[in-house]
Amino acid sequence: MISFEHVSITYPGAAAPVLVDVNLHIPEGELVLVVGRTGGGKSTLLRAINGLVPHFTGGTLAGRILVDGRDTAVNPPRELADLVGVVPQDPMSGFVADIVEEELAYGMECLGLAPDVMRRRVEETLDLLGLVELRNRPLLSLSAGQRQRVAIGAVLTSHPKILVLDEPTSALDPGAAEDVLAALQRLVHDLNVTVVMAEHRLERVVQYADRVVIVPGDGDPVISGTPSEMMGDAPIAPPVVELGRLAGWHPLPLTIRDARRAAGPLRELLTGRPAPLRVVNGERDLAPLTSADHLTVRYGDVSALRNVSTTISRGEIVALMGRNGAGKSTLLNTMVGLRATSAGIVRTNGKDPREIKSSELVHCVGLVPQDPGDLLEASTVAGECRSSDHDASVDPGTTRALLALLAPEVLDGTHPRDLSEGQRLLLALAIVLAASPPLLLLDEPTRGLDYPTKARLAKILRELAAGGHGIVLATHDVELAAEVATRVIVLAEGEIVADGPTAEVVLASPMFAPQVAKILAPENWLTVAEVRAAITGEATG
Amino acid sequence: MTGSLFTNPRWLHPAAWWIWALGLATAASRTTNPLLLGLIIAVAALVVSARKPDAPWGRSFRFFVRLGVAVIVIRVAVQLILGAAFGTTILLPLPGLALPTWLSGARIGGDITLESLLLAFYDGLRLATILICVGAANSLASPTRLLKSVPAALYEFGVTVVVAMTFTPQLVIDVDRVRTARRLRGRPSKGIRAIAGSAMPVFEGALEKSVTLAAAMDSRGYGRRGSISAANRRLNSALLLIGLVAACIGAYALISAGSPAALGLPMLVAGVSVCIISITMSARAAVRTRYRPDPWEIPEMLVATAGAVVAFSFVGSLWLSLAGIDTPSNPPTWPALPLAPLLGLIIAATPVFTAPMLPRDTRVAMSKNKIKVGT
Repeated sequence: MISFEHVSITYPGAAAPVLVDVNLHIPEGELVLVVGRTGGGKSTLLRAINGLVPHFTGGTLAGRILVDGRDTAVNPPRELADLVGVVPQDPMSGFVADIVEEELAYGMECLGLAPDVMRRRVEETLDLLGLVELRNRPLLSLSAGQRQRVAIGAVLTSHPKILVLDEPTSALDPGAAEDVLAALQRLVHDLNVTVVMAEHRLERVVQYADRVVIVPGDGDPVISGTPSEMMGDAPIAPPVVELGRLAGWHPLPLTIRDARRAAGPLRELLTGRPAPLRVVNGERDLAPLTSADHLTVRYGDVSALRNVSTTISRGEIVALMGRNGAGKSTLLNTMVGLRATSAGIVRTNGKDPREIKSSELVHCVGLVPQDPGDLLEASTVAGECRSSDHDASVDPGTTRALLALLAPEVLDGTHPRDLSEGQRLLLALAIVLAASPPLLLLDEPTRGLDYPTKARLAKILRELAAGGHGIVLATHDVELAAEVATRVIVLAEGEIVADGPTAEVVLASPMFAPQVAKILAPENWLTVAEVRAAITGEATG
Repeated sequence: MTGSLFTNPRWLHPAAWWIWALGLATAASRTTNPLLLGLIIAVAALVVSARKPDAPWGRSFRFFVRLGVAVIVIRVAVQLILGAAFGTTILLPLPGLALPTWLSGARIGGDITLESLLLAFYDGLRLATILICVGAANSLASPTRLLKSVPAALYEFGVTVVVAMTFTPQLVIDVDRVRTARRLRGRPSKGIRAIAGSAMPVFEGALEKSVTLAAAMDSRGYGRRGSISAANRRLNSALLLIGLVAACIGAYALISAGSPAALGLPMLVAGVSVCIISITMSARAAVRTRYRPDPWEIPEMLVATAGAVVAFSFVGSLWLSLAGIDTPSNPPTWPALPLAPLLGLIIAATPVFTAPMLPRDTRVAMSKNKIKVGT
């Protein structure tokens, strides 16, 4: 269906090609997962399938890409629209109409399909993706998961043989992500659609894939194979695979179910061993860094937060979890005084955060927003660091020194826009940390991060907490929460429905339980690292 | 059968709403009677509250009402400060400063008279009412749906407008985001320097978004080649351009006093017909089809007629010089309530029943269904 023959792609002005001599053949009806480092050329590979690269982006394409027999070199994206459907990373950025139904029809209108065909397909697609209830809703009023499904539906109505998705679940909560993946699987099974999807969160998708393509970046060859082949020695792997490797299971399980069936002996081995307790190193007697007391926040008629009471102390890493739109970001924003409270009290550093001047605020609390790029505005990394030193009124060079600790490979002269997602996050983190606020808030920090960067972030967060910072993460990433959090707060419809030690909260909920916990239940283990420590402890002592 | 026409939930054709609203606006432009103007606003608010959808554009009515209030305030303030006082009923004696004749002999300040105050108020109210009528159309009919009904030849233009319109709310969101970021970095988030500092990131963000949107539209088949040849397409565009230029010249000649009347009308007719030919030609060749175009049925007829009737009742009354359509401000008079315009206004309110119900999910919940005029 899709074949890459000796494909190399070089962007204009780039010294080296992004992709070198890629040979790839994807048969019809497969679900293909493209993985690799951020900035390694995954998106380029995806966008080459419908000719956006090079027709839209510029650059040179050597070799040949055939899509259902059509050469992308002579067919621009619009002429391939009936064959390839592309869902962009941020669905909202690609919407043209203002109502769900109209958006679904837009692609067909461009293709000039007959009105009765359009009507039938819209109805079918609404059913297929469970959008019937939303058909007349304005797109702006949808939640992130609903938008993602509409974006998929909008390209499906043209009946493309190939569907290309760039990180379809990165912004979604676990439940919404499962809905989207179930819909995709249905397309592959029932309609024989070929799906090519890039995704960092392997733990969510690898079990659905028929084939995994690894794009290592830096001009290393692109390789592909079946998931279990590729996962055997891939540098990036979901926890289920890592646990399988650790325990030496063969064949390597990719699903929780397979792993559980192989995990009998490991469970026995671990029985009776207490899972490590996460201790908070900070001085708990000190006044809390921030506290909310019966806090309510309303937007118009909608309550974003209802009667929320909690405190955050030094040394804690608190994971704030819950559906899209449950009020996680609102709680963080209220703690830094970006949102007014409707009722109740918030105190950050003992004061009402709305009363604190912004120059003073940065020394009390730092917030890394959902898109860390929002914080950046200079044209070079060095300039960004200089203005950060000035903003925080600290000694020149402070931010740069912090950045060197967090991300040593980032160069002074780079434009922040050219940094990878992870590097941008670390730069924003360095800027926020320059004023050394005791309280650090991160909104969705792992969106778009690959496993190595995520591991690095986890390490940094643990060190900061050990150094006495209090940290709050709003996240959908159950693995990250299991990895670092000492406490988990679950929000639903603006109310706190669970607040307690990580193990207690995540083990109680199938939605928020990490893979290791699901495999080893009823034992209370959360991460591969904990299991590894326990097993090797056994071997040596 | 006719029953289901009214009860079957659907969107009303946007053009019907615009005809209705422009009818009301025409009526407003013909009167200075504050009672009638107030009634026009009331009719607009009533219909909007009954039939506006729960969508971003549905909320624009309130904005237009505020704009209207601002217009009245500004108009009255300008009259008080700069307007020549006339009339005899002095409300507040104030000293004035006469400007020299080379400054047009105007004066600043001076006595405040009831007559000049009323004149300014009526004038401002009329303009505010027209604005509110436009606002009603805006919140009842989605701008995008209106553009869907433009001819295929103008489609490309329509898309440009739609993109531009989605751009504005996006820009507001971006400004908000950048201001947030400034606060998080410890910079002042208010004041001139803050605005200057945030202009660049906002602009960059907007540009980046438009490029993403263009890529998305391209991959969904926007601008696909049709069966029409390139030469033919160029001919069509040239015809459209020539027609538009001719129509403009014709219209100008008609309006301006100095040019020969013989040039105006033929030129306008010729220009418009060339445009129509070009549009139908490219419509025949266009690849695009339209999904569920809004039908034009009895409810649309009724709503549009309601607009036409109210406009006619006002224009007709003025033409026949029926009493009460104008309320003189000098000498101050109590406004009357003439019968013909009043009947017209009652008919203008009928869309409350004749326009079909909106589809579910887009109806405004009853608790929110309050229009606050003048807030």
